[in-house]
Amino acid sequence: MEYFAQQLINGLTLGSIYGLIAIGYTMVYGIIGMINFAHGEVFMIGAFIALIAFLAVTATGIAFVPLILLIMLATSMIFTAAYGWTVERLAYRPLRGSFRLAPLISAIGMSIFLQNYVQLLQGARVKTLQPIISGGVVLMEDDGFTVVLSYMQMLIVGLTLALMVAFWMMIERSSFGRSQRACEQDRTMAGLLGVDVDRTISLTFVTGAGLAAIAGMMFLLYYGVIDFFIGFLAGLKAFTAAVLGGIGSLPGAMLGGLLIGLIEAFWAGYFTTEYKDVAAFAILVLVLIFRPTGLLGRPEVEKV
Amino acid sequence: MVGEATVKEAGITALVAMVLALPLIGLETVEGQGGLVLNSRMLWVLVIGAAVFVGRLALIAWRTREGAGQGNAASRGAAELGERIHAVLPWLAGAAVLFAVIMPFLPFANRTFVDLATLVLIYVMLGWGLNIVVGLAGLLDLGYVAFYAIGAYSFAMLAMHADFSFWMALPFAGLFACAFGVLLGFPVLRLRGDYLAIVTLGFGEMIRIILLNWYDVTGGPDGISRIPRPSLFGLEFTRNSDSAFHKFFDLEYSSLYRLIFLYYLILILALITNWATLRLRRLPIGRAWEALREDEIASRALGLNPTAIKLSAFAIGAMFGGFAGAFFATRQGFISPESFTFIESAIILAIVVMGGMGSQVGVVIAAIVMIGLPEWFRDLQEYRMLLFGAGMVLIMVVRPRGLLSRRNPTIRLHGRKRAGATR
Repeated sequence: MEYFAQQLINGLTLGSIYGLIAIGYTMVYGIIGMINFAHGEVFMIGAFIALIAFLAVTATGIAFVPLILLIMLATSMIFTAAYGWTVERLAYRPLRGSFRLAPLISAIGMSIFLQNYVQLLQGARVKTLQPIISGGVVLMEDDGFTVVLSYMQMLIVGLTLALMVAFWMMIERSSFGRSQRACEQDRTMAGLLGVDVDRTISLTFVTGAGLAAIAGMMFLLYYGVIDFFIGFLAGLKAFTAAVLGGIGSLPGAMLGGLLIGLIEAFWAGYFTTEYKDVAAFAILVLVLIFRPTGLLGRPEVEKV
Repeated sequence: MVGEATVKEAGITALVAMVLALPLIGLETVEGQGGLVLNSRMLWVLVIGAAVFVGRLALIAWRTREGAGQGNAASRGAAELGERIHAVLPWLAGAAVLFAVIMPFLPFANRTFVDLATLVLIYVMLGWGLNIVVGLAGLLDLGYVAFYAIGAYSFAMLAMHADFSFWMALPFAGLFACAFGVLLGFPVLRLRGDYLAIVTLGFGEMIRIILLNWYDVTGGPDGISRIPRPSLFGLEFTRNSDSAFHKFFDLEYSSLYRLIFLYYLILILALITNWATLRLRRLPIGRAWEALREDEIASRALGLNPTAIKLSAFAIGAMFGGFAGAFFATRQGFISPESFTFIESAIILAIVVMGGMGSQVGVVIAAIVMIGLPEWFRDLQEYRMLLFGAGMVLIMVVRPRGLLSRRNPTIRLHGRKRAGATR
């Protein structure tokens, strides 16, 4: 029971990170129908910028932890969002309206480029960061095994929840959210009705990159180790999560992320760590066999 | 001259570039005493800002001159070139095959060149194999490398444990890959478009993870080494064997013979793939693939069974991947999961798409551009993959439909002339 509870906590933490990345995939897919392969790399860049921001802030002598975190968060979000915007502007916008596979190949090229770009500039060695927030609350204790909810995990899950609420409000209430949903339904029609489609798509990328940057910062704080290659696997898992939840659906992305995180944590906890990635993909295949559009996805209706 | 608006736009571009450069280029994380420290490289940020400013100005100037001149001359020129290439395509293909056949005997064909040509041909074969799945049947497969890996490992295992020769094992390698194609395809081919893409991508990763962790059978990250080399009708390419190639023909021993033999082997395998594809396109099954790609609902209404047809494309594509894998294993003599990462799948898919989907000659050109050129520029070392990625983006942005973007219709209802006239 205690072991189960501990894996549940770990899984939810991991799932929050995946969920935040998955939202970027699902939003982009919803609006322009492409798999943004470079999104995992954007997440990785977010983690690196957070690390650089941390080092820069501590160099100035600030030692108040919440302030450090806030500066890291803001810096990482702003710069990573700039990367997200640029990627869309350079690699995807010229290909809009082209056939389906062209942006996909362009995105794969962008992903290779960004990976090597960071490797060249920041080195191939792993970067380690001492834990900034340590300690936690002991929830249960039973003959030697303690279930710990660390402050870090609380921060990650709490921040994710807060972001979800804010993000949901933005999509439902703000004018950007309305344009975003309109473009998702019918880009041409939205354009005719005066929605600035290009601007909306750009903002979608910026928002997705901002959320990915937060996920990257959480990854950095939680694991304390990053390198230029973390984007690939995290991106792959997050995309799996988006598909599992039903691509194009925002609650689906969060649900899928949590599920993938839980599957991984439980599989690693009860079976073997080597095959935890295989388990995630196997579950995806199983779900898609019975629900071909994912858990919360709307069935695709094709008109002839 | 240069207007104020132009300068302003270039300035904004430079500003964006400097914002992007600030954290990642301007500051470097380095190991210092007691953890990471930052190393400032702010001069670089200024250099990049200036370079982008000038570059953007030049680009705008070039675009306006182009625009003031005669429409979009560059793209029209490219389209014309494509048309002209298509007009002489049969000749071009014939000449290319002829060149490929006599290439090893030409004066410039040294070891490096023949070896590089062999590598390019492996990718040509993989591209042609994947073209059946992506180009003809329209199924997006992001895990093609899995079949390549299955072919390589099944050949290696048959050769190591069951003492099979290359020629005996080759059909089995194809068969195993084909079987896996069916196994994977059966549950997932009902999925549409991008769902299929992610499942195939996941499948590719699954195979790689299994190869990496199933230590007893696959050797894990160490891989399998000392895989036997192929022989030519029992003639081996070794120095001291009694049935050695050079002794049989009374030649001086040279290791170049083996390279040339491997080159011809992959050339033949690749040409078989090409020939099979061209034939299959004319068979009912090939027509069904293309019909399904164009319109699934209409094909269904005409009584085609989508699952069976997609499955056949998937299985045949996988089989050629398996053959190529077996060849790869015997050429390298050593295989490990590292050779079968997602990036390989991505490169093969890029070759197919950049070649212009469904174009057989396009695949060859794209393979030379994507594999041959980067190998040529090995001196660039760590910048190589950076430029590779940037090149992929650039080619897609400039030519979104691929290098050779015109595809011949499979059948013409009214003969060549009228089809040409209405174009």
